Amino acid sequence: MKATALPMIRFQSVSKRYANGREALSNVTLDVVSGEMVFLTGHSGAGKSTFLKLLALIERPTRGSLLVNGENLANITRHKIPAYRRQLGMVFQDHKLLADRSIFDNVALPLVVANTPSRDVAKRVRAALDQVGLLKYEQARPIELSTGEQQRVGLARAVVTKPALLIADEPTGNLDPDLSLEVMNIFRRFQDVGVTVLIASHNVALIEKFNARRIHLEAGRLIESSSNTGEVLFDPSKFLAADVLAPGASL
Amino acid sequence: MMSWLTRHVQTLVGSLGRLSQQPLASSLTVVVMAIALALPASLNVLVNNAQAISGSWRGVLDISVYLKNSIDGVAANELIDKLKRHKDIKQVRLIKAEDALKEFREYSGFGEALEALRDNPLPNTLVVTPAPQLATPAGLDALSEELRKFPEVDVVQLDTAWVQRYLAILEAVRRIVTMIGLLLALGAVVIVGNTIRLDIQNRCDEIEITKLVGGSDAFVRRPFLYSGFWYGLCGGLLAWVLVTVAVVLLSGPVRHIASLYGSQFELSGLGFLAGLGLLVSGAVLGWLGSFVAATRHLRAVEPK
Repeated sequence: MKATALPMIRFQSVSKRYANGREALSNVTLDVVSGEMVFLTGHSGAGKSTFLKLLALIERPTRGSLLVNGENLANITRHKIPAYRRQLGMVFQDHKLLADRSIFDNVALPLVVANTPSRDVAKRVRAALDQVGLLKYEQARPIELSTGEQQRVGLARAVVTKPALLIADEPTGNLDPDLSLEVMNIFRRFQDVGVTVLIASHNVALIEKFNARRIHLEAGRLIESSSNTGEVLFDPSKFLAADVLAPGASL
Repeated sequence: MMSWLTRHVQTLVGSLGRLSQQPLASSLTVVVMAIALALPASLNVLVNNAQAISGSWRGVLDISVYLKNSIDGVAANELIDKLKRHKDIKQVRLIKAEDALKEFREYSGFGEALEALRDNPLPNTLVVTPAPQLATPAGLDALSEELRKFPEVDVVQLDTAWVQRYLAILEAVRRIVTMIGLLLALGAVVIVGNTIRLDIQNRCDEIEITKLVGGSDAFVRRPFLYSGFWYGLCGGLLAWVLVTVAVVLLSGPVRHIASLYGSQFELSGLGFLAGLGLLVSGAVLGWLGSFVAATRHLRAVEPK
């Protein structure tokens, strides 16, 4: 099967040096298998953010190559970046919601930029909001929601396009332990339906509650990449919907 | 295709809604835009009216046609009937040789000298008033040339020099108006461009988020283009109103002045087509200004 033969993410000797001379990532090599859930850990400044920025094509590697879903990111020109980003779901620590739009419109944004027909937009936005338990707030503004709820809206927006890869930067950074666990469980549910999930977090106590591989970065170097579970990382029987792995099909 | 169209209409309406959320800033831009458009438009109205005046000073544009001495009153009247059917001639009046002599005697002061003459030296004369649409030097010359070809006609006299001078000045003024118009059009582009630039700065976050979820440059730019379009269209509409109001306010005094000169001259306004032109050029300039600004400044807003 293609999904098992090819990793969802492959870093090959990737280094990133910023213009100010700081080397944020040094010679990182690793694979993330399709359908896997991975935690990216490390202190602030260890290179977690750079790792995610390279994946989102916000930054480009200085050396090495980076493959996502079999595609070499070096081949994605500036012009093709939007189409690439539509295949990703991204969740941010500060939610990055639009304050002057309703929850519905916020979640709809990735579909709207992809020119999805209005009928489908409404259906998929409600499905995504339902998955994070916020369907009743679709007409509210982000400010009317709690921080935890806002983070779930961010999550709904990330999955509304049914991406094969979900990446999150400190998604529980501003949440108390209960809400953090709740949000993490939602991520877990997406992994259960076959989505590859990559979460940067420094919340060790929380991470330990989940059986998932940890990638530990220190000063830009990969220190540890271990699976602390013996479970099957990829199980085709877990796929509830075929379109989960084919996000481009509906675009 | 349908969803693409729906999306465009939504953005179009959405951008209008956004403008109405900042009524003061938006209306300032619209007003400046309107002034930039109204100035050349009203100058243009002025020049067009000035040109129309040259056509309405009929008395001055009349062509004097001196008939040969052999042509008597009856033959002259036959010629008049012929000329009256000519499409380029509005009116023909006969000044009989004896009337001309009488008048000359009265006003010239040569009365006694003329008594010495045995025959009337003056011919029958026709005063031809050309049709208004002929009020150009070329048109008048062509008509004079035609009149000269009649066998009854001796001399055709037409003083077009003043018309030529007047129209030459008008032509120069028209060029100046065009140049002012182009400069102000450039100004309008800059005004809208600057407003859009500020708008982009204010909405950095929104642009960044849209790019993060895969919004293309064209998608991000679209609402700004529509904003520019609305600024321009509203500016054009307001300019139309301003020019129309100015014409209405001026038409009374102008009619009075014209009547003092014995003229029926009426101030003409912008006209429907020119008004539409004002709307279209406003919209195009607004769109252009926002296109330049958005293309330039949106590139700089990238997710960090």
